[in-house]
Amino acid sequence: MSTSTAIELEPTGSPREEVESVVVRFAGDSGDGMQLTGSQFTLATALAGNDLATFPDFPAEIRAPIGTTFGVSAFQINFGARKIATAGDAPDVLVAMNPAALKVNLVDVKPGGTVIVDTGTFNARNLKKAGFDANPLEDDSLDGFHLVEIDISKLTMVAVKAHELSNKEALRSKNMWTLGLIYWLYDRDRKPTVDWLRGKFAKRPDIAEANISALNAGHIYGESTEMPGGIRGYTVRQAEITPGLYRTVTGAEALAWGLAAGAKLANLRMVLASYPITPASTLLHILAGMKEFDIVTFQAEDEIAAVCAAIGASFTGSLGVTSSSGPGIALKGEAIGLAIGVELPLIVVNSQRAGPSTGLPTKTEQSDLYQSVYGRNADSPLVVLAASSSANCFDIGIEAVRLATKYMTPVMLLSDGYMGNASEPWLIPDFDSYEPFPVTFAGTDQVGEEGYLPYVRNEETLARPWATPGTPGLEHRIGGIERADRTGNISYDADNHQRMTDLRAAKIDGIAKDISPQGVEQGNYGGKLAVVGWGSTYGPISRAVGNMRDDGYDVSHIHLRHIWPLPQNLGELLGGFEQIVVPEMNNGQLVTVLRAEYLVPAQPLNKVNGQPFKIGEIEDAITSRLDGQPSAQQYSAQSGDAK
Amino acid sequence: MNAPATPLKAKDFASDQEIRWCPGCGDYAILKGVQKALADIGTPPEDVVFISGIGCSSRFPYYMSTYGFHTIHGRAPAFATGVKLANPKLDVWLVTGDGDGLSIGGNHMLHVLRRNVNMQVMLFNNEIYGLTKGQYSPTSPQGYRSPSTPMGSIDRPLSPCLFALGANATFVARAVDTQQKHMPGVLQRAHAHQGASFIEIYTNCIVYNDGVFASFAEKATAAEGELLLEHGDPMIFGKESDKGIRMKPGALALEVVQLGVDGITEADLLIHDETDRVMAGLLAAMRNPEFPVAVGVLYCEPAQAYDAAVHEQVNAAHAANGVADMNALLRGGATWTVGS
Repeated sequence: MSTSTAIELEPTGSPREEVESVVVRFAGDSGDGMQLTGSQFTLATALAGNDLATFPDFPAEIRAPIGTTFGVSAFQINFGARKIATAGDAPDVLVAMNPAALKVNLVDVKPGGTVIVDTGTFNARNLKKAGFDANPLEDDSLDGFHLVEIDISKLTMVAVKAHELSNKEALRSKNMWTLGLIYWLYDRDRKPTVDWLRGKFAKRPDIAEANISALNAGHIYGESTEMPGGIRGYTVRQAEITPGLYRTVTGAEALAWGLAAGAKLANLRMVLASYPITPASTLLHILAGMKEFDIVTFQAEDEIAAVCAAIGASFTGSLGVTSSSGPGIALKGEAIGLAIGVELPLIVVNSQRAGPSTGLPTKTEQSDLYQSVYGRNADSPLVVLAASSSANCFDIGIEAVRLATKYMTPVMLLSDGYMGNASEPWLIPDFDSYEPFPVTFAGTDQVGEEGYLPYVRNEETLARPWATPGTPGLEHRIGGIERADRTGNISYDADNHQRMTDLRAAKIDGIAKDISPQGVEQGNYGGKLAVVGWGSTYGPISRAVGNMRDDGYDVSHIHLRHIWPLPQNLGELLGGFEQIVVPEMNNGQLVTVLRAEYLVPAQPLNKVNGQPFKIGEIEDAITSRLDGQPSAQQYSAQSGDAK
Repeated sequence: MNAPATPLKAKDFASDQEIRWCPGCGDYAILKGVQKALADIGTPPEDVVFISGIGCSSRFPYYMSTYGFHTIHGRAPAFATGVKLANPKLDVWLVTGDGDGLSIGGNHMLHVLRRNVNMQVMLFNNEIYGLTKGQYSPTSPQGYRSPSTPMGSIDRPLSPCLFALGANATFVARAVDTQQKHMPGVLQRAHAHQGASFIEIYTNCIVYNDGVFASFAEKATAAEGELLLEHGDPMIFGKESDKGIRMKPGALALEVVQLGVDGITEADLLIHDETDRVMAGLLAAMRNPEFPVAVGVLYCEPAQAYDAAVHEQVNAAHAANGVADMNALLRGGATWTVGS
């Protein structure tokens, strides 16, 4: 890790101000390169030793009309010298590359926060497109903020002039100019970005060098110019982080690698069949580039073909995986039912997004829990797992493969748009430390007097054997019509249907014995209030419960990874709390399941505006339930703080 | 893929399951023809996979002693594609019908053909929905009266072989359920072709659409109603082999001519060239009574199979990138060490 020498270069000699944590949001037009800017800043920040969390937030349109509010793309990062749980409730610093970005994002900025604007874009035309009646830089609308006005467009043009690019190409470097300025502001090293630019534009060195000139110019501007509003540079000390080798990882990356790792541990070829859909396509893109891991990827003609091809691959002895988002999962429902009936391994990844129907494709939500647990015709149980963070997707991917192959069942794996795109630092695991779980296919030794019986089950797991085409003596037929117990032949027998329905349910229920018991993330195994979450609400719940416990509140955080079957001890655990609140980015789904399964008085806390929960929102929910109550005391001696 | 020690017989491909098609259904004849073809081809039963969708024809896999998968309505081509992606060495046969393959599953049929996934696609065309009790199908003629079209169907029908050609299929053939001498040969040709081999098999539904193909598919009518195609042979038909097909002068169209009339000889007739896609389209469009119905291999174009190409890429990635190393993958890109 290198440290910048910016402190010595401070022209005024004023020392940098030390801050514990900062939230910065980059916002601009969807063509302004804000996501790239954000991801470069993320890397530089990770290299500087801070903990961090990010929130990329971009429109569904690839290039919405320039300058409009619906074309605004933003990237928020929260970083600090302490453990960072979320992307931050409100930005301390907003960088607005045009009036529309200011219009959309100002409402979120902390009172007294810093707003950096590119004045070069604040012309009459852009102001009108953004819906401003008057120039907000010239009236009192920005009172209460530190306003930093810089003509970034012009300064960028000057900085890259020597590279003789077209005006359009030259202006494209203004995100790098801005990044240079923010690097100065927080004392970040520019070199990784310089290296990245040279790699990315290897075929256009003129563009690479122009961007580097812009990056350096922005940095020099910070060093040498007295910043408006008396702003000087900051330092953010290194966070106390578990020692080891780190990288940044998005949920989509961690999931792709986790599934590949799982397939390797199971000793199977993976066949991923998928149809492009936001925000799930990234998984297809990543795995398509991993063919040397014996991964076959197939861009199918539609969602239904994708799941069917995955099931066909599983029938043939590969690990069939399909990936989509809610609307695509709906189309796959019938085929998933077939996989439940024929009892083949299948992994269905759902990168959830706001709905119903097309909904808000790029906005996050976790509203497909009902769809996952209940969303098929007839009694059709399967396993549902939910990842809680970008990095957690790796382990969830491995567990999905283990359960699918051991129990011959489809596994629904829930991620979401936020988690898929958001990156976080990841202590890279040692793959060799994972216990392999190689699949044993049925062999000719399983041919008895009645021939091969594809529905004779393992007594412990209730899983049927997996016999693959190409194996002599095990030729058998399976299909969607109810299968006779043991033989798998077509059976319209009523008692057999009852028995098979019971067996399918018992098999999935039994998996509860093979998953880790539900633990408590923070707090006690009983008490006044449990905040029960699942999926990507982990960060805000974790921070909110931590803050409230520091303030003496008796509150615990329980986070579910196993949505179906639920952990065996969950009912007892929840029974030990006087109150239960379930924050979800939906209209109340897990809360209903918990009430139905355990008859507990769980209460909903819901949010569906396409944005993750703010810490403050969950803190408010805790105080509204506990204020006036005695402060925390040891309710149970069973366990102290889990984390 | 070992050759069996003793020659296989048709009955080696029959399962022990009771067949539940209506007595007299054309599917019985096709089952027999397919079992004979498989015995002639000689692939060991363990390497053969039958995949079907939903409908009368799709019960087929249960009656074969091979591996089989009776899937969901219309989607058999996608399941079969998955099988070939996982193991391209398997010999995959797809069984579908005019409703399963061209109505609910039309999209998948289109794509399995254009991708040229190596399998045999047998479409049993009876111009009716049998299993749901007699509604009109995408191949039923206009005016067809059925429970769902009491005043006659107003849908324009399609021709399965023209659909296949339009989908860029590389092998298109036709057979008739009861013509047992002819069918196994067509199936063997389909099997030998690398890619998606589409075979439309005219199938008589004795309950809901009996006799729909009587004008060419029966013993008494076949000679006059049918043109048996053989690559390189002149297009001759008729009881007395006295009729033929030639290009209509001055038009891109076919016409039936009588040999020996107006000085027409065999030399005036078209020679069947199964590599000619335009000709295949003209032949596929021929309908009774104006024309004989063309059966046999209409079109065959050698091309690389999709599944072979997929695995070529996987092998190329292995060759280029060496042994896949998970730890190296996880440590690729920018990393940093946090000291203790």
